[in-house]
Order: sequence, then C-alpha cells, then structure tokens
Amino acid sequence: MRIPILKLYNYLLTTIQVELDDQTAIQFQDDLLKKIHETGALGVVIDLTSVEIIDSYIAKILGDVVNMSELLGAKVVLTGIRPAVALTLVDLGIGLKGVPTALDLEQGLEKLRQELGE
Amino acid sequence: MMMKNAPSRVEIHNEWDIVRARQSGRDYAKELGFGNVDQARIATAISELARNIYLYAKPGVITIEVIDDQGKKGLAITAKDDGPGINDLRQAMEDGYTTSGGLGAGLPGVKRLMDEFDILSEAGKGTKITARKYLR
Repeated sequence: MRIPILKLYNYLLTTIQVELDDQTAIQFQDDLLKKIHETGALGVVIDLTSVEIIDSYIAKILGDVVNMSELLGAKVVLTGIRPAVALTLVDLGIGLKGVPTALDLEQGLEKLRQELGE
Repeated sequence: MMMKNAPSRVEIHNEWDIVRARQSGRDYAKELGFGNVDQARIATAISELARNIYLYAKPGVITIEVIDDQGKKGLAITAKDDGPGINDLRQAMEDGYTTSGGLGAGLPGVKRLMDEFDILSEAGKGTKITARKYLR
C-alpha cells in the first residue's frame, strides 16, 4: 500500500488514512524522502487525523522521518494527532520530543510558513 | 453484531499479524463498551506485545478474552510464545531498556497502558504475559 504525497508550492502534503502496518510505514518513509529530494520542498505536513493507533514502532518511524527530512532541508510538522493517541503515546513513555506538531492541516501550514519566514 | 464471548486467538508469524491482533483487540474493547481512549490503550498494548513476539520469539499467540471477575468486567490479553525467554525480567521492565534498537517503550509501556500485568518467563522455554483492563 502506498500513501499519496501531494506537492503544493514549496510544500508536500500527505494525509495518512490507512491503518499503518510496518511495511506501509517504511514505504512511506522512503517515498517521502525521495519526493523531498526530487521537488526540493522546504516544508512537509503529515496529517494523522485518521490514525487511531500509534505504537512505539510507528512513533519511531515518524520521529525518524522528521529527522531525515530535516537533513534534506525540509521542515516537517505532524498534524491532527487524536487525543486518544496522544494519551497513549505518553503512557508508553514516548513524547515525540522536538517534533513540531499542530492541531490541524491549516495550522500546520501556518507553522511552516512562519518557520520558513514566508 | 454477535457478542464476543469466545476468545479471539491470533497467531503471530509476521508483521501483518500484529495489525490483525490489535484490530481484533479494538473490536472487542469497543463491543464491551470501553471508551475511545481505552480502546486505543488496549489496541496499542496488544501491538507492543505482538511486536515483542514478532521480534524476539515468533511464532507466538495473542489471545483476547472477555473477563468477568465478580461483576468487574474487562478484557484480558495474553501473549504466549515458546521463544528464548527473557533473561533478566527486572531489566526488561525498566524504562528505556531495549535489545533491538527500538524505542524501548515495550513492557513498562504496556504495564502503564493496562490495569494489571503479569509476566512469567523461563530461559529456553518461553514467555507468557497477561495484561488486563477493566471497565470503569
């Protein structure tokens, strides 16, 4: 399964609407890095509104995606993390520290624009 | 939907089985009347337990069953494998401990997500973990 990644001006937008299994998450990591490299995108929003479960493995992949993207020069914001997912992550002892987040897609884009000084 | 009185049993051989196990757990939790947050907690705990089996001790089995302990209703999750066992249980229950380069959220995380947590492990024979969550 592939997660579609859309380009909008200098940004890449992606919304995860499937139950994330390991393979899909790793494929997504690969696809996103390739797309950043191809397009020279400066910002990425990953929307997690539809994601009902983030376990420690998926959290690690998401954290890695953020770090890897920054190495390629793109800032990433995670948006739409559900309250139940946030509570569960904290119980698990995963704070996703240092990972920029925003409430929804709109605020995520706004955050990127501010950070990039646009 | 038919009431799920019969336990669900998911064998863990590959990574897709992890998804099947946690989806089954979420279905049971929802049907029993757990709220959104507890549904997520239960499904995530199953995901962690199933992943431990997949990483260290496959094949194993995740069993999800409804429990009724003198009127206290809930779900019991059992993770059983015949793998290498855990050498140092105390170490495995420490936050941040990992042998796989993962996040190390593993067992202490599962314990926090659930209400009760028991672990039996014998070197060379395998591990059995039971975690329970009760309806409030």
